[in-house]
Amino acid sequence: MSSPRDEGWLIRVGLASCGIAAGAKEVYNALSARLGDKGLGVTLKKTGCIGMCYNEPLIEVVSPRKERTFYKQVTPDKINRIISEHLIQGKLVTEWAVPDEEINRLLAKQQRIVLRNCGIIDPESIDDYLAVDGYKALKKALSTMSPDEVIGEVTKSGLRGRGGAGFPTGVKWGFARKSSGELKYLICNADEGDPGAFMDRSVLESDPHSVIEGMLIAGYAIGASQGYIYVRAEYPLAINRLELALADAKKAGFIGETILDSNFSFDIKIRQGAGAFVCGEETALLMSLEGRRGMPRVRPPFPAQSGLWGKPTNINNVETLANIAWIILHGASVYSKYGTEKSRGTKVFALAGKIVHGGLIEVPMGITLREIVFDIGGGTSSGLELKAIQIGGPSGGIIPASLMDTPVDYDSLTQTGAIMGSGGLIVMDETSCMIDIARFFLNFIQKESCGKCPFCRIGTRRMLEILERITEGNGKKGDIELLAELAQNVKRASLCGLGQTAPNPVLTTIRYFRNEYEEHIYQKKCRAKKCHALINYTIIPEKCTGCGVCAKYCPVEAISGEKKQPHLIDSNRCIRCGLCMKVCRFDAVSVGSREENA
Amino acid sequence: MPNKAIAEKGPEPVAIDAIIHRHNLERGAVIPILQEIQQTYGYVSKAAIQRIAENINVSASEIFGIVTFYAQFRLEPLGKNLIKVCHGTACHLSGADMVTDTLAQVTGAKEGETSQDGLFTIERVACLGCCSLAPVMMVNGEVHGRLTPERVSKIIKNIRKNETTSPAE
Repeated sequence: MSSPRDEGWLIRVGLASCGIAAGAKEVYNALSARLGDKGLGVTLKKTGCIGMCYNEPLIEVVSPRKERTFYKQVTPDKINRIISEHLIQGKLVTEWAVPDEEINRLLAKQQRIVLRNCGIIDPESIDDYLAVDGYKALKKALSTMSPDEVIGEVTKSGLRGRGGAGFPTGVKWGFARKSSGELKYLICNADEGDPGAFMDRSVLESDPHSVIEGMLIAGYAIGASQGYIYVRAEYPLAINRLELALADAKKAGFIGETILDSNFSFDIKIRQGAGAFVCGEETALLMSLEGRRGMPRVRPPFPAQSGLWGKPTNINNVETLANIAWIILHGASVYSKYGTEKSRGTKVFALAGKIVHGGLIEVPMGITLREIVFDIGGGTSSGLELKAIQIGGPSGGIIPASLMDTPVDYDSLTQTGAIMGSGGLIVMDETSCMIDIARFFLNFIQKESCGKCPFCRIGTRRMLEILERITEGNGKKGDIELLAELAQNVKRASLCGLGQTAPNPVLTTIRYFRNEYEEHIYQKKCRAKKCHALINYTIIPEKCTGCGVCAKYCPVEAISGEKKQPHLIDSNRCIRCGLCMKVCRFDAVSVGSREENA
Repeated sequence: MPNKAIAEKGPEPVAIDAIIHRHNLERGAVIPILQEIQQTYGYVSKAAIQRIAENINVSASEIFGIVTFYAQFRLEPLGKNLIKVCHGTACHLSGADMVTDTLAQVTGAKEGETSQDGLFTIERVACLGCCSLAPVMMVNGEVHGRLTPERVSKIIKNIRKNETTSPAE
């Protein structure tokens, strides 16, 4: 980036979905108006997600000497002071700046390859992408490499599918390349459906061209002429930026006929998913693209032989594709230096839940869970003991705090009963009930099962019913064994990944937290105070000021009392929603086990 | 934004045909067509299913099967403001149920319902991908994060205020 304006100040505003939700647009507009007035010669730049989601809205001030300062939780009324003190007087506003130690701690163990441009470049500007070596890998591939050489390079890099299953990408491309047929398709799977995962959204919103470039190289390698991006309709900003990026790439001659004077032609279209989790599964995704109910079909034939409309088709996930340009440009041997022998490279994780530094991180494979949660993530946000993490979404599992030294690679994670998955990593402290979490995921699976395989359709329903009765205090002797038996059958008798992995959250919670199941069933006790039927809310008279806020929010009018007098909760009416506890400013509402408080 | 008058009467078949003919009349276009119809009218009417079936030459029952398979499609008209409450893992842990409960309290509409005054439709979505701001909800395409009962009430109050101050469309 060498425009003359770069000699001056630069301010970047993170405008990905989470930034915008936290109020970054207002901050950007205020900055824009303010800087316009002043004529300070400051370049204001929109960027995507830098990954420090917990600090949003976040702006980055870069001085003419390239010193970078991040300001956290910026609001429009903080802008004047930042401009006058930092930009004009040259003094940091330290109380709003993210401390260097915090940034070093966050970045020390990260390795940003997929996220290399996220939060740095303007995702809506192809010039910005070109300035960071954008489309150079495409040029290199088209002008100096044969398709087989591209496949060879990707195979050598050791890159495995980042959608969850971890199939070697180069090998997959090789299958599609070998399939005969004039017309082949390449699909980017951006149907990021795991609850608690937002890696693909962030990449698409922050650096859409890197995914497009990856698709072009993949298309060249397998001999495809048409690409589709199948993206969730729930991601409107990602779709907007993709549309813009596609139009710009077309104008610049990276998409279309005889790209960069080679004999490679390729077009890309966007298709919006319509809200079905199962469509993340390859064959279901194809059905959806063909205008049908998204129900998986038997493999073989694999999509590489017979995919979209019967043509050879290769499907890769967003993160996988975002790696490609980097690998081609820097070489497989540089990429494969990161990670472990069987899991090369890096993995992006979306850290969420009860964690201090929630956000988007990219780490070399082989790092331990402990390093992610404590060194990068800063531990639990509540300050309470870490209980477990959930990794891999509904197909993944729960890993207890005692196994935090597990290295992050495909095989070690599988051994714990969880999976690598697509990158959702949810941190839970002792206020999280493990049976409630298992129920939550099974409820999700139950709703999202396409219904084709009886065990997935009915088996998960029966499992959900058992979990519901356990959380409702009606668990019976033998329930745990029945759950485990059903789980094995659902795994064995389901056609696709959704059903085959659906029982994982239940199996891992039974494996590591069997005592909590037993407490729910035999003692009717929920130690996390989460299961409504097993808890009671009461008001502590000494602390209650009688302000009446709780009574106002109670949806069932279970709280009564005179003004300025301690209030009372009618436990027969109470539905245990916990709203009163959330709204009380005096910590006067307490929650306990049913018998303790009764 | 869906037009309420049209939603009440149901869209005209001619207008639906116009949307359909903007796409290739082939099976693969069924979902994009349904998406555009819903974008325009807020829901997919019976008449729309009929028109697609006739134009694309797929049975109406099959189109109905597609509409009911995908969570995005609605068979009923929408309230004026669409609120999608996120029930992803992070939101579940940090109080998605509290958001739904508060919304029910202040709008009168439970999950999956439209409020009596036609102002609000409350939906449940699997995950909006804004996990670090949990709990979140999306109001007319805009995400609101770090929700508390007070914040939820305030957002609803603001919408109500704008409704009464801005003249009807």
